[in-house]
Amino acid sequence: MSGVRVLVGTRKGAFVLTSDGRRERWDVSGPHFAGWEIYHLKGSPADPNRLYASQSSGWFGQMIQRSNDGGKTWEAVGNKFVYDGVPGTHQWYDGTPHPWEFARVWHLEPSLRDPDTVYAGVQDAALFQTTDAGQSWHELPGLRGHGSGPHWQPGAGGLCLHTILIDPSNPNRIFIAISAAGAFRTDDGGKTWQPINRGLRSQQIPDADAEVGHCVHRLAMHRSRPGVLFMQKHWDVMRTDDAGDSWREVSGNLPTDFGFAIDVHAHEPETIYVVPIKSDSEHFPPEGKLRVYRSRTGGNEWEALTKGLPQRDCYVNVLRDAMSIDSLDACGVYFGTTGGQVYASSDAGDSWSPIVRDLPPVLSVEVQTLP
Amino acid sequence: MIRVVLPAHLRTLANVDGEVTLAIDGEVTQRSILDALEISYPVLRGAIRDHVTLRRRPFVRFFACEQDLSHERPDAPLPDAVARGAEAFLVVGAMAGG
Repeated sequence: MSGVRVLVGTRKGAFVLTSDGRRERWDVSGPHFAGWEIYHLKGSPADPNRLYASQSSGWFGQMIQRSNDGGKTWEAVGNKFVYDGVPGTHQWYDGTPHPWEFARVWHLEPSLRDPDTVYAGVQDAALFQTTDAGQSWHELPGLRGHGSGPHWQPGAGGLCLHTILIDPSNPNRIFIAISAAGAFRTDDGGKTWQPINRGLRSQQIPDADAEVGHCVHRLAMHRSRPGVLFMQKHWDVMRTDDAGDSWREVSGNLPTDFGFAIDVHAHEPETIYVVPIKSDSEHFPPEGKLRVYRSRTGGNEWEALTKGLPQRDCYVNVLRDAMSIDSLDACGVYFGTTGGQVYASSDAGDSWSPIVRDLPPVLSVEVQTLP
Repeated sequence: MIRVVLPAHLRTLANVDGEVTLAIDGEVTQRSILDALEISYPVLRGAIRDHVTLRRRPFVRFFACEQDLSHERPDAPLPDAVARGAEAFLVVGAMAGG
């Protein structure tokens, strides 16, 4: 019988939540790497038992862990992330030049085809790759070298490359997003990159529709339509139908269009999910009501999904990498909160229940659909 | 033998219990201890000092003989008691909340 495995990264360790296809009863294992920040962990689409985890600490730096048995056992692999050439500078918060400094890996994106190949999005923003299952990492320097790098500036969480989307129909096309530089695309496997931010407007930067400088929080794609992307920006929910060449706003009737997470239904490419957050300074749901909003029309028209979610006195946040969707029928939707809850819906969002309630603050949620 | 005490998270990472003992030829310094430690436990590379610059990570401290040696030169000789193995060289995570 098919099942699911939910990989949860938290401020103080990783947890692996497993269930059969009914998604009613859950086994919880962890904490793995107790006491360490686990920004992200993700399985290889080509080998679901091959997992990678980003383990970091303000004291002891960055580790990368790899599992070959679905998270039962782990081994540390390469953790040497060195920028290519002379790193140069980006903008600091006060507008002065600041040297590029590696801090941590925010996001790990395994290749769709090769379990030994993984992309890593790091802070300060850059894209790294391994082709030997994590033993060694090298930067794809064309991204930082494309020319606008000195003008990139950190968002509140740092200058982080947090989103990596690989086009399933064309492995040479990759989309990434950086807070606060914007979205970028390569069509040649990472050698050269172009900013894809036309149509974005951000009042927090001097030129609201500048080519770079936008605080993109997250991108999402349905694998059947890799040219259609959805974006949760600092403010505004956006979509593109031409692989990022132009964007238009689809915030519609959302109660607030600030937020972090966004994802797409497994079987309905026009059905998308966001979790509205009140504002950039009030990182909690409006009115203390935790609501996922679903649009079945690719944006603009949104419905609140509340059944099973707290509708009073709820002041948690849902971070950018903390939502994921399985591919069962009906598809399951999962998200984690900074209050330590991981909520699951086995009916595409119509109703929700917590898998766990009391984990450390959740940084990331990824789900694997197992045969 | 040189005795080294690692903080709990690094003991877990290196899969060791209690003290680590290292044989060091030549002068016993921070650098020679960390070089030997990283050869014996490659997983610790990058966790105590930077991969490239070999500078101590900011929130890591080195103590021995009731002294803070964190700001000593990496090639400065360590106290004789450490070199004789009478006292341990302590790698400590700085007290910084959390």
